[in-house]
Amino acid sequence: MTAAIALQGAVKRYGGFTALAGVDLTIERGEFFGLLGPNGAGKTTLISLLAGLARPSEGSVRVMGFDVVRDYRQARRAIGVVPQELVFDPFFTVREILRIQSGYFGLTRNEAWIEELLHGLGLADKAEANMRTLSGGMKRRVLVAQALVHRPPVIVLDEPTAGVDVELRHGLWQFIQKLNDQGHTILLTTHYLEEAESLCHRIAMLKAGRIVALDTTERLLARFQAHELEVRLDQPQAALALGGEAGEDGWVRIPFEHYTDIELILRRLREAGAEVRELRVGEPDLERVFVEVMRSA
Amino acid sequence: MPECFGAGFRTLFYKEVMRFWKVAFQTVAAPILNALLFLLIFSNVLDRHVTTYGEVPYTAFLIPGLAIMSVLQNAFANSSSSLIQSKVTGNIVFVLLPPLSHQEFFWGYALACVVRGLAVGLGVILVGLVFVDLPLAAPLWALAFAVIGSLLLGSLGIVAGIWADKFDQLAAFQNFLVMPLTMLSGVFYSIAALPPFWQKVSHLNPFFFLIDGFRYGFFGQADTNPWVSLGVSLAATAVVVALTLALLARGYKLRQ
Repeated sequence: MTAAIALQGAVKRYGGFTALAGVDLTIERGEFFGLLGPNGAGKTTLISLLAGLARPSEGSVRVMGFDVVRDYRQARRAIGVVPQELVFDPFFTVREILRIQSGYFGLTRNEAWIEELLHGLGLADKAEANMRTLSGGMKRRVLVAQALVHRPPVIVLDEPTAGVDVELRHGLWQFIQKLNDQGHTILLTTHYLEEAESLCHRIAMLKAGRIVALDTTERLLARFQAHELEVRLDQPQAALALGGEAGEDGWVRIPFEHYTDIELILRRLREAGAEVRELRVGEPDLERVFVEVMRSA
Repeated sequence: MPECFGAGFRTLFYKEVMRFWKVAFQTVAAPILNALLFLLIFSNVLDRHVTTYGEVPYTAFLIPGLAIMSVLQNAFANSSSSLIQSKVTGNIVFVLLPPLSHQEFFWGYALACVVRGLAVGLGVILVGLVFVDLPLAAPLWALAFAVIGSLLLGSLGIVAGIWADKFDQLAAFQNFLVMPLTMLSGVFYSIAALPPFWQKVSHLNPFFFLIDGFRYGFFGQADTNPWVSLGVSLAATAVVVALTLALLARGYKLRQ
């Protein structure tokens, strides 16, 4: 089966600056895929190539098997993009915006789906409101609706929850998760790594225009078995001698590989005469993996 | 209808028409009022002293000139302001993400300019009729020059809107190119009244042929043979349309 997204040797240069330096990436249909990286890593450039907002300098970019330059009509019909910036057209109401966006894709009788989107994204009571009058969160929902109005099999979300309150974020993810369950492929970029960890099946990490890590979320987490025993001691020096790192919060973090190591660490602390006042175990999370990958890449 | 001019194109055209229609006070009524003010001032000052084309009163001569000037300026303003606003606010992505070809993009914007240009031009003529009887010797000529002129200026507006990164740059394009070329093209006078040197200079200005040909549609006479005006106007429009389409095909300043 054709991959939902396929980049082969994709390079993008802006003058002398290389934003993407030869990216090979395949995202299968139905995946919930995370694209992570620090600012300037090339995430938005990669999305721009997929969306046809930029053209690759070298290599090929395909959406559902369609080349984004040669078969641009089919490629653009296959993808819906929620842009990072909170952009809107101030001349129209929410319903008008969705009708116009449908029309751009050749869909002139799309009322039933527009109604479903309005209800699904909690926009029904704002359908006749002008875009200017909406809150930031509501505008973000309209952006999602616009991206979905032509029922694309591939949905790209570029920082969709930036500046969005918890309630809306929760509702948005429920909606997107439902779409993924129905078979839509989701490509997500976010700085909220806990979101990526809980939602994405696979994750790619970009740095300076290159993919520096690409694996399932599970394997990425397992790759850096960075369990930590976090302790508060009357004598922190004792923990430092065991390879711990003192944090500004007064906790000392001692890395370990297996849970059986905990007893050994505690015994050594006792032997050093240190009294453990508080203790907790830190599990590996994507944030730590991300930091490690970026540090070592 | 072939796919390349299907519902996507029609929607963009509709959106662009609705965009100016929703603020019609600013985009249609205000230019008509501006033309009316020109008419009141110039006709009161000059009507008793100046006749043109033999016996044509100056007020009657002036009205088609003001109408086509308004057509040209508003056609330019429509596409240029729409594009620069969309670029500055970022909502241009909503037009760039769908599967619209560069031809659909061009004609969607350009034809909306024609609609606005004709709406303003018609408004100026109708208001002018309150002040003076205006003949309409060859209406198809008038319509042809209004459509060609608004297409030419609408295309120039697309180029300016894409090229400009700031409102300041767009204003420079409008104030230092479009405005002088329209004002110095026979809107307020017959070039027959000019010294020979300035007559020759006027013939270098393609806007002169648009205005002269448009006026022919009302009076059945003009400074230049209307077929010559039609040829020059069509040639100038073809060049600018081709340039605009070439820029859009390259994705100039739109698709990096």
